[in-house]
Amino acid sequence: MKFGIVTFPGSNCDYDAFHAVTDALGEEARYLWHREHDLAGADVVVLPGGFSYGDYLRAGAIARFSPIMREVVAHAKRGGPVLAICNGFQIACEAGLLPGALLRNESLAFVSETVRLRVENPETMFTAGYEKGQLLRIPIAHGEGRYTADEETLTRLEGDGRVAFRYVGPDGRTDASANPNGSMRAIAGIVSEGGNVLGMMPHPERAVDPLLGSVDGLALFESLLSRVSA
Amino acid sequence: MRVEPRPGDPRITPALVAEHGLTQDEFERLVALLGREPTFTELGVVSALWNEHCSYKHSRPLLRTLPTKAPWVLQGPGENAGVISVGDGLAVAFKIESHNHPSAVEPYQGAATGVGGILRDVFTMGARPIALLDSLRFGSLDSPRVRYLFAGVVKGIGDYGNCVGIPTVGGEVVFDPAYEGNPLVNAMCVGVLHEDELMRAVAEGVGNPIMAVGARTGRDGIHGATFASEDLSEGSDAKRPRVQVGDPFTEKLLLEASLELIGSGHIVAIQDMGAAGLTSSSAEMAARGDVGVTIDTAKVPVRETGMTPYEILLSESQERMLVVAKKGHEEEVRKILAKWELEAAVIGEVIAEPVYRVTEGDRVVAEFPGSRLVTDCPTYTPPAEESAAVREARGRDVSAIPERVEEQDPVWTLEQLLSSPTVASKRWVYRQYDTTVRTNTVVGPGGDAAVVRLRGTKKALALKVDCNGRYVALDPRLGARIAVAESARNVACTGARPRAITNNLNFGNPKRPEVYFQLREAIAGIGEACTALETPVTGGNVSLYNESPQSAVHPTPVIGMVGVLDDVDRAVRSHFHDEGADLVLLGEPTSEIGASEYLARIHGVVAGAPPACDLVGARRLVDTLVGAAEKGALASAHDISEGGLAVSLAECCIMDRDRMLGATIDISAWSTLPLRALLFGEGQNRVIVSTRDLPALKRIAERNRVPLRAIGTVGVAGAPLSIRVGTRLIVTSLERLAAAWHDAIPNIMSRSTAPIAVAATETLTTPVE
Repeated sequence: MKFGIVTFPGSNCDYDAFHAVTDALGEEARYLWHREHDLAGADVVVLPGGFSYGDYLRAGAIARFSPIMREVVAHAKRGGPVLAICNGFQIACEAGLLPGALLRNESLAFVSETVRLRVENPETMFTAGYEKGQLLRIPIAHGEGRYTADEETLTRLEGDGRVAFRYVGPDGRTDASANPNGSMRAIAGIVSEGGNVLGMMPHPERAVDPLLGSVDGLALFESLLSRVSA
Repeated sequence: MRVEPRPGDPRITPALVAEHGLTQDEFERLVALLGREPTFTELGVVSALWNEHCSYKHSRPLLRTLPTKAPWVLQGPGENAGVISVGDGLAVAFKIESHNHPSAVEPYQGAATGVGGILRDVFTMGARPIALLDSLRFGSLDSPRVRYLFAGVVKGIGDYGNCVGIPTVGGEVVFDPAYEGNPLVNAMCVGVLHEDELMRAVAEGVGNPIMAVGARTGRDGIHGATFASEDLSEGSDAKRPRVQVGDPFTEKLLLEASLELIGSGHIVAIQDMGAAGLTSSSAEMAARGDVGVTIDTAKVPVRETGMTPYEILLSESQERMLVVAKKGHEEEVRKILAKWELEAAVIGEVIAEPVYRVTEGDRVVAEFPGSRLVTDCPTYTPPAEESAAVREARGRDVSAIPERVEEQDPVWTLEQLLSSPTVASKRWVYRQYDTTVRTNTVVGPGGDAAVVRLRGTKKALALKVDCNGRYVALDPRLGARIAVAESARNVACTGARPRAITNNLNFGNPKRPEVYFQLREAIAGIGEACTALETPVTGGNVSLYNESPQSAVHPTPVIGMVGVLDDVDRAVRSHFHDEGADLVLLGEPTSEIGASEYLARIHGVVAGAPPACDLVGARRLVDTLVGAAEKGALASAHDISEGGLAVSLAECCIMDRDRMLGATIDISAWSTLPLRALLFGEGQNRVIVSTRDLPALKRIAERNRVPLRAIGTVGVAGAPLSIRVGTRLIVTSLERLAAAWHDAIPNIMSRSTAPIAVAATETLTTPVE
């Protein structure tokens, strides 16, 4: 399976996504430069973390106008899988691939740590390798990760099972102290209506190697492998 | 060609010369060098090159005494960064640099641009940066002004490093009233390269074009290097315009473009336009290559109109590089820059004539004979004399200081020390830094040293920045030795072999005999320790004039140590994580309490002699740790430093708040020592180790003649920390200790009011005094 990893000039997790795919998953990956006009046959597109175009205006606000994003949107509309991580999540929201927005963390400070996530829906193509309610340890590193949407959207997301992950404490429950950025309903990741776009603030690509402390992100990539190539 | 004064330039007067920081002697030297009066532009150039920051005029003769060679050193001092070989064809470039004065008046941008500068020093060597560390010092957190500086500096470092995408993996933060008026902000960067890709900033090849690359030149930061070379004063806030403004996004582009340029073979040299901007980068590259250069300021891309040659030469606008390209390859260079949405412009040429010439179009505005303008600066060896007050403080009998009533409960004392902001957990700081980007961080901030793997090999680097300024203040030579020995020990606690250092010498005004004495003695101490530990100095930075109207800072020679771990799977952690493992003390407790955190925190006393530091013993302990880690005989290893044995033990138990393990200790063997010295004294060359292979550890320690004693076992989760000393039993719950250590800094910082504003500098709140 072929992963296309979009590289904006300010992307800085493209390298990590590349190595998660090639080293840990053992699949093929290539970088897709933001000025390119095709996806080079990628089965899965990764929108990685970073600061796409500096993001001084608003995270992801400019990236959505790049040539490559036109192709990514078309790919998503065809039902192609898009894994949008951190800054990628912000870009996906700006580009209308996912509802809602990521605002500045409630603390107004950048937050970098390993958080606990609870798998809410193991039925998606990204989460099939997990159990419902499974707790994962995955790093976060962002300044603008507070997931925000109107009540109606939140209700719809919940009702359709589109909340993929939530921030929880050690006991597996949501509570304010376990919510690192003040996200509404402790939402850490959501999928699109078609289920083929996953946006998440935590970095699964940083949790694929036992040497670095957690391999809980690997099953996400494996899920894609089994679901997409099947 | 004739040098003409530029119409509109001010006349050279003694007042103007003084304003440029040149002494009468230096001015006369300049006149002799030129054979005439300098122009205004020439005066500016020389003031930039001959200030302390660029010329090292008070430190150069001392720095020459440092050991700089070892078979693994590929590049010693004198380049943008030092480089050592780590085997497998790989090399590591690293350097530390200060941004103290900018951070004192504008903490956010001052710290941010400090990170930017040190990144550029490393990637201009052809190395991809893989890790950042920071060594920070502030006054007491009780002061709102200090909290403002602390929060602003941390945010500045975080925002810059996070955006560029280089993890901040470690560091140190010290709070001491000595730094009240003059905080220290030192940033270290470490990068990796293939040995055959090493790039040096040496201008060569007559006819080769000199190109300005990256951001355009503006009027910001003019005379920044001169500002860094004078004492901070009441008027320093007015020098805020001398602080540059950073743009980490452009830095990221420049990083990628520079590495691509270096790999492309189209250039022969590249250097950051850092302190003193275009002037120092061009003059230094010329000096290294022993060639002449000519620069036309009219060709430099500017972002403001009407800039004079003087301003263009002295601007410290950020994210700019000076490149010597191969003749005929200019277009290729431009193409690479354009890919990264950056500009490149030919602004000069390497010439055969031994001269440093600056033109503005056809007019020559500055011309210096020879290629040694940088090193033509005079050096000074001013008088040195130890301050009588320091001698007296060191000689004080601190063992006679009576205990406080509360100290009858040693757990109270332990709590006080754990909650001292210098000792307490720095998670509040590093939670704002991306520590895991690039997915190489095996051990991040909070341990003895950071461990960063070298992808594609079995190897890893262990990295540490360290200094105890209080020790150096009370005994400069001994304190500096300890800084080196302790950073080596920290690195060895991870199992890595310490290989080389970079250093940042933060001192006061060297023209004062007591400060010059500190500088001279500290450099001697560093040299002794680096020789004993076989960790040569590969470069660094000297920051003098760290004085506010109140006082000079503690002399603070920060050591940035790089170690190499051959098998990353053998990396050792600091905290206890193996229930039932044997606990061992390597090294011997002493009765020393001089210069300790205990005296400062509990008694408000900064006095006594710092603990003795036997360098032979330091080396043996390092060998023991490295050898034991290789054999898999270390489950954990944690150095004993500020706060002594009790604090280190407590840290081993509580460091991982999600999984705290208790311990049962018996240290009755030393019950004849005063209890406070045994628990809180800072005797050197000691490490707390947990092990599953006590016999192997014993054999290795014996072979290295390192004292070893089994002192207990690691307990289970929920068990207390219990310490027996003779008939005395000290027991405490870990929750109590954890609350003191983990919550100290967050509790203090939540007292401060509004959060620090983001990038928009203008809106920064003014501190409320």
